[in-house]
This record gives sequence, C-alpha cells and structure tokens, in this order.
Amino acid sequence: MSAQVDPEFEKQVDEVISHYPASKRSASLPLLHLWQEKYGYVSEEGIHWIAEKLGLQPVNILELVTFYPMFRQKPIGRHHIRVCRTLSCSLNGAYDVFEHFKKITGATGDEHGPITSPDGKFTVEFVECLASCGTAPVVMLGDELHEKVTIKSAEQIIQSCH
Amino acid sequence: MSGHSINPCNHDIFPPEAPLVNVQVDGEWVQVPKGMNLIEVARRHGKFIPHYCYHPKLQVVGNCRMCLIEMGTPKMSPERKPIIGADGKPEINWMPRPQIACASQASEGLGIRTDSPLTQECRKAVMEFLLINHPLDCPICDQAGECKLQEFSSEYGTGTSRFVEQKVHKPKHQDLGARIVLDDERCILCSRCVRFARDVVKDDVLGFVNRGSYNTLTSHPDKKFDNDYSLNTVDICPVGALTSKDFRFKMRVWFLKETETICTGCATGCNVTVGSREDVVYRLTPRGNEEVNSDWMCDFGRLDFHDLGDSRRISQPQSRAGAEHFSVPWQDVFLQIGQRLAGFKPGEVALIGSARMTNEELYLFKKLAEDLKIELFDIIPREWPGDSFLKSKDKNPNSAGAKLVKFSSGGSVLPKIKEGIESGRIRGLISFHEDATAIGLSRAALEKLSLLIAASILPNDTTTVSHFILPSGGFAEKRGSMVNAKGRLQRLHKAVNPPGSMEDWEIINSLRKAAGSQQNFSSFEEVFKSLSADVPLLAGLNLGKIGDKGVQLDLSKA
Amino acid sequence: MPVQERRIILKHIDQPGYTIDIDCYLKHGGYETLKKALKLPPAQIKDEVKKSQLRGRGGAGFSCGMKWGFIDPSKTQKPIYLICNADESDPGTFKDRQIIHKDPHQLLEGMIISCFANSVKLAYIYIRGEFPIGARILEKALAEARAKNFLGKNILGSGYDLEIYVHRGAGAYICGEETGLIESLEGKRPYPRIKPPYFPAVLGLYMAPTIVNNVETLCNVLHVVEMGSEAFAKIGRPNNTGTRILCVSGDVNKPGYHEFECGVITMGELINDICGGIRNGNKLKAVIPGGSSAKVLRAESKFKMKQKGPDGNMTEKEIGLLDIPLDFDSLAAVGSMAGSGGIIVMDHTRDMVESMANLSEFYAHESCGQCTPCREGSLWMKKILTRMTHGKARKEDTALLKNVADNIAGRTICAFGEACAWPVQGFIANFKEEFEAKATKR
Repeated sequence: MSAQVDPEFEKQVDEVISHYPASKRSASLPLLHLWQEKYGYVSEEGIHWIAEKLGLQPVNILELVTFYPMFRQKPIGRHHIRVCRTLSCSLNGAYDVFEHFKKITGATGDEHGPITSPDGKFTVEFVECLASCGTAPVVMLGDELHEKVTIKSAEQIIQSCH
Repeated sequence: MSGHSINPCNHDIFPPEAPLVNVQVDGEWVQVPKGMNLIEVARRHGKFIPHYCYHPKLQVVGNCRMCLIEMGTPKMSPERKPIIGADGKPEINWMPRPQIACASQASEGLGIRTDSPLTQECRKAVMEFLLINHPLDCPICDQAGECKLQEFSSEYGTGTSRFVEQKVHKPKHQDLGARIVLDDERCILCSRCVRFARDVVKDDVLGFVNRGSYNTLTSHPDKKFDNDYSLNTVDICPVGALTSKDFRFKMRVWFLKETETICTGCATGCNVTVGSREDVVYRLTPRGNEEVNSDWMCDFGRLDFHDLGDSRRISQPQSRAGAEHFSVPWQDVFLQIGQRLAGFKPGEVALIGSARMTNEELYLFKKLAEDLKIELFDIIPREWPGDSFLKSKDKNPNSAGAKLVKFSSGGSVLPKIKEGIESGRIRGLISFHEDATAIGLSRAALEKLSLLIAASILPNDTTTVSHFILPSGGFAEKRGSMVNAKGRLQRLHKAVNPPGSMEDWEIINSLRKAAGSQQNFSSFEEVFKSLSADVPLLAGLNLGKIGDKGVQLDLSKA
Repeated sequence: MPVQERRIILKHIDQPGYTIDIDCYLKHGGYETLKKALKLPPAQIKDEVKKSQLRGRGGAGFSCGMKWGFIDPSKTQKPIYLICNADESDPGTFKDRQIIHKDPHQLLEGMIISCFANSVKLAYIYIRGEFPIGARILEKALAEARAKNFLGKNILGSGYDLEIYVHRGAGAYICGEETGLIESLEGKRPYPRIKPPYFPAVLGLYMAPTIVNNVETLCNVLHVVEMGSEAFAKIGRPNNTGTRILCVSGDVNKPGYHEFECGVITMGELINDICGGIRNGNKLKAVIPGGSSAKVLRAESKFKMKQKGPDGNMTEKEIGLLDIPLDFDSLAAVGSMAGSGGIIVMDHTRDMVESMANLSEFYAHESCGQCTPCREGSLWMKKILTRMTHGKARKEDTALLKNVADNIAGRTICAFGEACAWPVQGFIANFKEEFEAKATKR
C-alpha cells in the first residue's frame, strides 16, 4: 500500500466493505466519504489507497471523485457553507445570501466551485436543491441545515463559527 | 486464442442454424436471425444506419443516439395475437418515439424505417449536438478523410450551425500513453476506447472525469494507457480524439494507397492493410478477419514497418573487395556468384534461411539446396513470451510454411552448420534474411568462409563480412504466402517496391539460374503453381482461392 | 370548510413529544404490522399491494404492484435486491426528508415488509449525500431494529433473514434515476443504463433482479398491509389511491408539506386555503405542479378535463388551474404531471425567463453527460437562457430554445432528457410572449 492509515481507520473501512458482499467496488463511494471525513479532502494518496484496497485502477476512483461535487481534491476552509441556488431558494433570496456570505467572509474566486476566504476559515459554495424548499432559502453549515436564512441570520451563522 | 473468440461479444456473428424471424426493413420483408440488432439487420440488406458508439465487438451502450430510427411492432388483437395484413404479414404499429437500432433486437413482425422523416430529424439533431462544442480542427486533424463526424455530417447533418455561444474547452494533445495522443475537445464520448481497454484487453485504465458537458476522457497520470494493444483504440475512435503518435501529422489518409497483406511480426499473421504513398509506407492498420485476429492487432506488429524506410537500407547488390563493399549491377553479381559456387563440392555449402521468408521463397531456396546437393539448411527459430490475446509465442511468421516446404527442421540443423563452419568443413554459406551470428557464430568464424552471401534488408554483422550482399525485400515489398501458427495459408501483397527492385523470389530464382539450374520460373504465379503441385496439402489451390482471408490447412495431415 | 389533511404517513411527524427512537415507535404500535406480515405468504402481500393500486411516489407514478410483479423468485437463481431511493433531489420536493429525519422506523418497517414480500435478503437505502444527519439517523434506527430482531437473521423467529445497509450518495441528482442509482451503488459513475435490456427487474444491481422504490412508496406499503388493500383502495380516487404528501414552496404565505388523499384537494384549495394564498398581496402567475421537471401551468389557463358524471357518463368540462384535482391522472390530463409532489408557486412579479434560466442551470449541472442530446443540449439551453437574461437575446432564440428542447425529449437514454426539456417546452408554451419580449427589450 502506498499510503499508511491508522488501524482504527482501516477497521472502519473493512467494516464498510463487508456491507457489499457481492462486489467490493460498491464500497468506492463510502470509502471516499470516510477518507474525506478523516483527511478533509481526497488526495492523490487517497485515490491510490482506495483503488488498491478495492482491487481497482486509480482511474476508477478518479472518475468518481470528479463526478460527485461533494468530493474535493483540495482542502477547503474550516467551515463549509453551502447555499442552495435552485428555484424556490432563488425566489426567496438565495443569491443575496450568497453575496452576503462572500462579503463578510471575504471569500472570492470562481463561483462554479467552492471559494475560500483568505484566512482559510470559510469556504462558501452554491449547491443544487437541498430538498427543503418550504423553508427557503436554506444553507448548510457543515452537516447542519439552516432554514429561512436572511442577511441577519447569515451573519449569525458566521459569528457562530470559531 | 485467436479470431473472434478473443472478443467479449460478437454482435455481427450468428451461427447458420440460428432461428430466423420476419422483419420489415423499409417496406420489404426479410428474414434475419432472431435477436440480431437492427444495425446488423440493416447492414445485411444494403442499408447503413449511422452510428458512433456501437461496435460489433463491444458491449452495447447506446450513448451516441446516432442510430435512432423509426421502429414498429406488430399490432396486437385483444387476444394478444398479431393482426395480419393484406400481404399476409403482421400489420405494424409505428412507435412515435424513435428507438436506438443498436440495442433493439429482431423479433417476429418488427418493422424499421431507416430513412423516414423522423429518422432523418433524429440524425440531424444528434449531428448538431455533436458539433456545437467540437473544435474546428479538420485542417490539422489526422482523422480527416476517415472521420465519422465528417462523413455523417456531410451525409445526415444540417449543414449550418445555430450555435452562437462559447464552446466548452478541454485539454488538447494530451499524452494518454506511450503511443497515443488524446485530444479531449474532439472526443465525442462514445466510450469505445474505454470499453475496448476494459473488456477486450482487460486493462481498465481509461475513464471519464467530470460531469455533463464537461465529461473528459483521461487516463490516470500514474497509470497510462501503455498496453500493447492500445493503438486499436485509434482505429475504433470514430473521430480524431485518439491519434497514433507514430502517424501524427505524417500523411493525409486520402493520399494513401491501401494494400491488403498480413503482419509478419509473429506466427499469428494478423491481417493488415498497408497505407503507402509513392513507395513509402506510412502506417499499418488491422484488417478484419474473424478466423485470425478479428478487428485487432498488437502495437508491436503495427509499428514494425519502420525498417522499410530506414536510411541504412541495403538498396543495391554489393560485392566485396578487400575490406570494402562496392555496388555491382544485378547481372554481374549473379555471374560472379555463379562462378564462385561452381568451385564448391556438395557438403561444403550450407544455407541459413528464415521463417520470415514466404513459402515461395523458401520453396525456391529448398530447390537451390537440391540443385547444389546441399544437405545442411535450416531456419533460425525465434521465440518470445507471446500473450493470451493475439501474440503467438513464435516470433517467426512462417514457421509452419517453412516446415511445409521441407526447408525447416525447426533449427535442429543449425548446430551442425555452426560446427561445420567453425571446423572449416563448410566453406560456403548463403544466409537469407538472417544474421548468421545469431546461431552462435563469431565474426571470426564467418570470416573463415570462402564464400559468404547474405541477403538482408539492413546491414548487420553478417553483411559486414559477406562477399556478396543482396538487397532483400521487407514484408510490404513482396508477393507471397505464409502459413500461420494455426495452419492458415494467407497471402501477402506488394504495397511498395523494394529498393533493390528485385523481389526476393526473383533473387533466389536467379541464384538457382546462376548455380546452373535448368528450371527457371518466369512469373510468381508459376512458382505458386509448382509449389502447390509439390506440396500435397496445397494441392488444388491457386492464388485466387487463397483470397484476402486465407485458407485453413489441416497441418496434422502435412 | 377547507379540505382536511389525511395524515397517514405524516401521522406522528411534527407531533409534540414524538421522538425518532424505536421505543417511541413501538409505543405507538410500531412493528405490529411487520409481525402480521411475516405470518402471511409473501405472494399474498404482493397481491395486496397490487390490489391497493398503489402508485410510486418518486415521480413516475408507476404501479408498485406491477413493478413488483415483474419479479418472480421462483424463476431466478440470482439474489433479489431491493433499494430504497432516498435520493430526494427534485427541486420543489422535500417530503422524504421529513420521513427520514422524523419517523425513520416507519420507513424501515415498510421496507422490511416490502423486502419480505419480494424474497429479498439484502437491501440498501440510497440516501443523498446532502442528508448526512438523515444517514446517521437511519443507521441508528437500523441498529435499533437489529437489536430487537426486526432485522437480521431469523427475524422474530420467522426464518426470514434480511440485512439493510445505508449507502450515501455524494451530490448527483441523476442517482435518483433507478439505473443511475444502481450504477452508483455498484461503485461506478452513475450513467443510467439502456432499457432494453437493462430493466432493473431483470438486470439490476449486480445484474440481478432489483426493485427500486421511493421512501414514501415503501411507507405506503406498510399502511396497505396494515389496513388491507380494500380499505387502502377506498382512499383517494380510483387508480389514484392512497394519500400524497404535497410540498408547496415559492410565493405562498405558508409554504410547507401536507398529506392529502389523492385528488380530494384542488390546486386552488391547496394554495389558498392551506398555504395562505399568494404572499405580499401579489397575484398567482404560474405553478410547477410536480417537481421542476413537470410542465409549468399558467394561472389563466383553461384545461379540458374528462370527468365521469353521476350518471356514469364521461363529460368534458373546462376547468381553470385552481380547479385541477391533485392526483396523477388529472395532472397528466392537463398536460403536466403529479411527479414528486413538489409544487412551486410563482407570483406576477416573477420573470418566467429568469425562472426557467435558474432551472436550466440546475439541469446543466446535473446532466451526467453520457448521451449526446442531453449532454450537449442541456448546457446549450442554459447558455441561451443566460444570454437571454443578460440582455443579449435575439429574435430567433425562443424558437431555437424550443427546438433544442424538442430534440432532446424522447431521444435520450433516460428520463432526464424529458426532465430538462419539458420545463423549457412548458415555459415557452405558456409564456411565449415573455421569452420573445427579451429580444425586443434589450
């Protein structure tokens, strides 16, 4: 194995692989989640390690990492803010909320992907429908869903992050 | 393994006893094997359904959508029986929604319209979609002239562009592997190469990254596409996304003369087409033969023609004076050789031939041995690991043929030749198409010979000390036949002229004449006639009968 | 009196004091239906579901009984799989979220019964990656169910083994398409498969017979078994039985989710009586009735609907948008669809071209890129609409846009082609003047 991982992590990985007795390849997505949760992003090492673990080619894992927007190949800020941009949220001011997040965090860059603040504290990005249109506009801070986000509550979200 | 059995699927091959069904193709009822896909059905009836991603040897994926056609199924009565029309055949319910022909299978009463207004509309739409992000590379793209995008655009497209937005840009001239250049903008994402790598040669190193319109073909930088069959993807790529580094920018394909012959890299004898122009060979591509190589060939064999254009090519007969060689005209060289040969007793001369020579050449070479009562002659065997796909373990293309004409003893006579030369008993050696040092002879031993004649393409250790050097022809420079490892007799055709302007069979024919033989062949056809008369297994065959796909011989009866 | 909700699936959701642990679920009669089901022959449960006329709640509205009927355990050597499609991503839809986060055991019980009925030994819940808390809730619920032997080996001594695992997606709408989901579960890029030949009932997960059912559908199975098919079929309308959870968002005063019997509530009643009408005193302009892929309906439109009168004869009536009953057949009859139940309401201040542009970006992002028309066409439509909403529309753009959409729908591998084309066709058909006006007002 190219990379070394700690035995605790390997144990988790092996347990997940056991969920797919018919084909180890099915564990690709769960392993990518595990790796990203542990290391913050999927590195080249991660791609090789997972490919080797599952008896696959590196390109098989690279295909997945680049297809699914939730996986990133570079580290992001400490706090991850995802703003839904699809119709109902857009009708309820999602774009204004996004602009405000940009303003107060200072994050800039290509808005087709995640943009990070200069101090590395916040990453802001647009995502597609988060399935909570009734409480639009919605924002995810890490794993938490924040609903009916306004300019004011956006500021509160930022302030709550240390 | 060989032939179509190496493929994961063969959508175009059905056993003759397969059950038949009645299908209506553009109004005409025909009978086809049940389950045959509609592209093959149409093809067998003179209709071409354009397609990109479909390939008869690869899993059907139906992603290009170019083969959308209008399809219909039999009208059913309430009792689920087909309603028969006035012509005695099922009446057809034409579906408003077009279907892809590659994934639709022939069943009783099916109908297809390969050129209806709906079908035409579908094709125009797909062509338009394919071209909106396609780069305007035709002027510099190697695929020009054999590009499916060009062909189908011309045949089925709209002719105008309605796209006024910014095109999607992707990486160009990428190194996909040792022998392939990838241009991602040209790629239409048909996935033929991915399926070939994964399913045919089991080297799953190609894939798509990103999503939607940004889908991009790639290999992982740490695991490139270096498989020895990689260049087959250049053949099957319908556009200029995958191009051969060897052929890139060398020649426009419409200038190439195409000659059908076989590869002589190993005993498989893959059928190939030589692309040449004005006596220069530019590329080889595999020719389909389900009994030998299906649609493929290995990269080694494909690129194994560069010797033909090597600047060190021996192009004229040469005679040695002192330590140097001088060109002499053909007439003179044969005269001199004839004079020299007269001074040898039987048993003093040996022949080293090659299992890279054709049957006709080896037959004449054997006859030369008979003329001069030479008892020691053999070919030099060569082996390499081969593989479980197309590469035979035998690196010689005509070991079987050499045995058939009774020239080859499989190399078992070589030690005697070596010992004879080293001891001085053998004073004369004619080495055709082989470097005699390969049998373990040192240059010093060769220099002991009173007469050393070497026929070769390129200079080597033998030619350096030869008394006479004869310019030999490469595989693309000769007519002839060879027998592959499985006993298939196949033909070589001449694509370009040999620099020495004499074909190898003519050289050996002239050597026989010079040695005093009364039997003289005035044409290549006569040689084959004599060959087929002398070798029982070839009885009744003529060049026409061998044709372009070859003839299977039963070597057990040899 | 306004139409009342019939909260069968949402019965305990948002009820004060109701918690998601198994003890609470058991206290409210949970897993009793499973006990009942395990004593029945599986074929009988399948028959009940068929007789109930339950239709899928994921978006296609396909008969659940018929889908299950495609699989015959006696005719296959391969294992049969069942996958719960919890990849809720259709814009406007947020019902499965509620079930997963607030009553997970209802889903599990429905799923276990469904697996039992179909001789499934190994099942997966494919949950979208953006529901990380939901995934954890489900994993915990599964652990609780295992601990009480409602799952695992020899469930409640019945001899039936079943294991269920949670599998998380990672941000791809196309994983909601059943064969795309299967490819994703197999660890490959989620490119939907061509049908024929890859019908999930025949060549599904690992090329074995597979059933893919929506979260709400599986919960409905639980209730079908609980009350019996006859009682279930009496709920709603013929061929549109049971309840639907309707999600309303956009320009209404009280957006949210509500459960009604199929077809008993009309669009107007939902928007005005239940959701408080259009906010800010504005007027209704347009409604997308079934998730963003459903064709938009214009407020002033009139629709011809065939209805069976009290005398049993079919009569054709002309009704307005607000009178459309919210069931599968009615919404299909007016040229749209019930879809996933996501209803997006837009008022008169909304620019239809901008709304369409917003959606077109969604589709361009989510197209998997496998087949030509959708891959190239979805991004092309987005680019045209972006240009149109940035003052650079040309006269020919509206017709071009429509033609591109026409060239995608019906020509692709999967229904995503229709999904990205229908909104364009719907918006242009209903609001042509707005699209054309973009070219003149530059």
